[in-house]
Amino acid sequence: MSAVSVRGLRKSYGEHEAVRGIDFEIRAGEVFGLLGPNGAGKTTTIEILEGYRDRSGGEVSVLGVDPQRGGREWREKLGVVLQSSSLYPNLTVRESLRTFGGYYTRSRGVDEVVEIVGLGEKANARVRTLSGGQKRRLDLGLALIGDPELIFLDEPTTGFDPGARRSAWETIRNLRELGKTVLLTTHYLDEAEQLADRVAVLREGAIVREGKPSELTGATAETEIRFRRNGEVVIERTKEPTGRLHELIHEFGGTEIDGLEVRRPTLEDVYLELTSE
Amino acid sequence: MRLWLHELRVEQLLYWRSRESAFFTFLLPVLFFLILGAIYGGKTIKEEGGLKASWFLEAGMIGYGVAATCFAGLGISLVIRRESGVLKRIRATPLPPTTFILAVLGSTFLVFLIEAAVIIVIGKLLFSVPVPNAIGSLFVTLVIGALAFAAMGLGITGLVRSAEGSSAVINAVYLPMAIISGTFVTTKSYPGFLKAIANILPLTYYTKLTRDVMIHNQHFWHDGSAIGVVLVWGAIGAAGAIRGFRWQPREA
Repeated sequence: MSAVSVRGLRKSYGEHEAVRGIDFEIRAGEVFGLLGPNGAGKTTTIEILEGYRDRSGGEVSVLGVDPQRGGREWREKLGVVLQSSSLYPNLTVRESLRTFGGYYTRSRGVDEVVEIVGLGEKANARVRTLSGGQKRRLDLGLALIGDPELIFLDEPTTGFDPGARRSAWETIRNLRELGKTVLLTTHYLDEAEQLADRVAVLREGAIVREGKPSELTGATAETEIRFRRNGEVVIERTKEPTGRLHELIHEFGGTEIDGLEVRRPTLEDVYLELTSE
Repeated sequence: MRLWLHELRVEQLLYWRSRESAFFTFLLPVLFFLILGAIYGGKTIKEEGGLKASWFLEAGMIGYGVAATCFAGLGISLVIRRESGVLKRIRATPLPPTTFILAVLGSTFLVFLIEAAVIIVIGKLLFSVPVPNAIGSLFVTLVIGALAFAAMGLGITGLVRSAEGSSAVINAVYLPMAIISGTFVTTKSYPGFLKAIANILPLTYYTKLTRDVMIHNQHFWHDGSAIGVVLVWGAIGAAGAIRGFRWQPREA
């Protein structure tokens, strides 16, 4: 059964259509990434699924419930990390977890969650003294304290330094081992690659590509060949690089081709191409 | 009920942890009573019929206290929590919004009741102001004030746009109100225009009500029109809260 099912989802703000009819399914236990640049509609989509915003059209089911009608029992099964940190600065890490844990009928132990998110050394520190990355991990801890089935992560590592990102990724990978379903939004391709089982690339409110991260490059990707002819740089794109190289070798009469490069597009190239047409 | 008690405990922890709010809303009325009482508590006020200043101040500081805790403190802390995204985050939990609001109100009332009790004890011990006879009426008066001013505190959150502006805007409303309403000085010697302003402010009527109950041992219902004005202001605040209270921060 799908944990999340979205059919023809639309959302307009006045004249502006932020989400223009998107479809996707997230299976239970899967980590699904919504990837796209700022303004592509990621947050609008995730906040509709969380029940914060009403949709303008389409069908949405989250754990079998329409988010616009989700009640307490539904919220018991959800964990939410908002795009910006939302914490009480004057509480300690442990007090914050105890506060949110009290909202659920069945919650995980505070110490256990402290371990999962790697804040053991900061358990008794006030939130205001934490670094940005540590605050974000506490946000994640608050999302886990109710032992949810489904977790929404809205840009969990935006603004992190590389080290903090790696350790956050480690934590998010642990969620999969706990059997959680995760919906993650990000504008970092490498993050989606590292964490998600499947990815949907969003551009201007529409899904332009969907699949496993490794499949995103797809068959349409063209290989780039660069070389110099009479001192000038030539860039060619081709789906048949071997054949084209043969021709070039022939053309240059077997002499060394100046500045020759043959490059497969990286995921990054594909992503940039998909999102910036 | 379990959730309400849990959140009440959380709210108490948050309130006393935040030194700024505990100082400005809980401690300041107590401090003003101590300082002003020490300066001129023994004098009499001829405009108030020769009433001892310490008696006058004690009831006045409870009026100032309700505005500080239930109106200003509540309003400022909710705006800050809204703009920091915590209110939005709470909406994603199973805690029902009404339970949350009732716990916030319960915690605020508790702080105000403790403050009123501290002021009364200080009055008795340091300035020999007798403990009011009509304890039941006093309690009801305190609850009416807490309800009305908390409703106004909830209502004003809709008018404040940013966390940075919250103390500036709300202090600019409530500090002049506290002074003009006669919590510190008698309104009876005011020039006409100031009297006119005082006559529309809810705190003027509420302070009169507490003085009647505390000093003159009146029942809380003896001045229906004063209660009426306080409750009308409370209703305006509640209407503002229903229209303008938001859980989510302003879009960035």
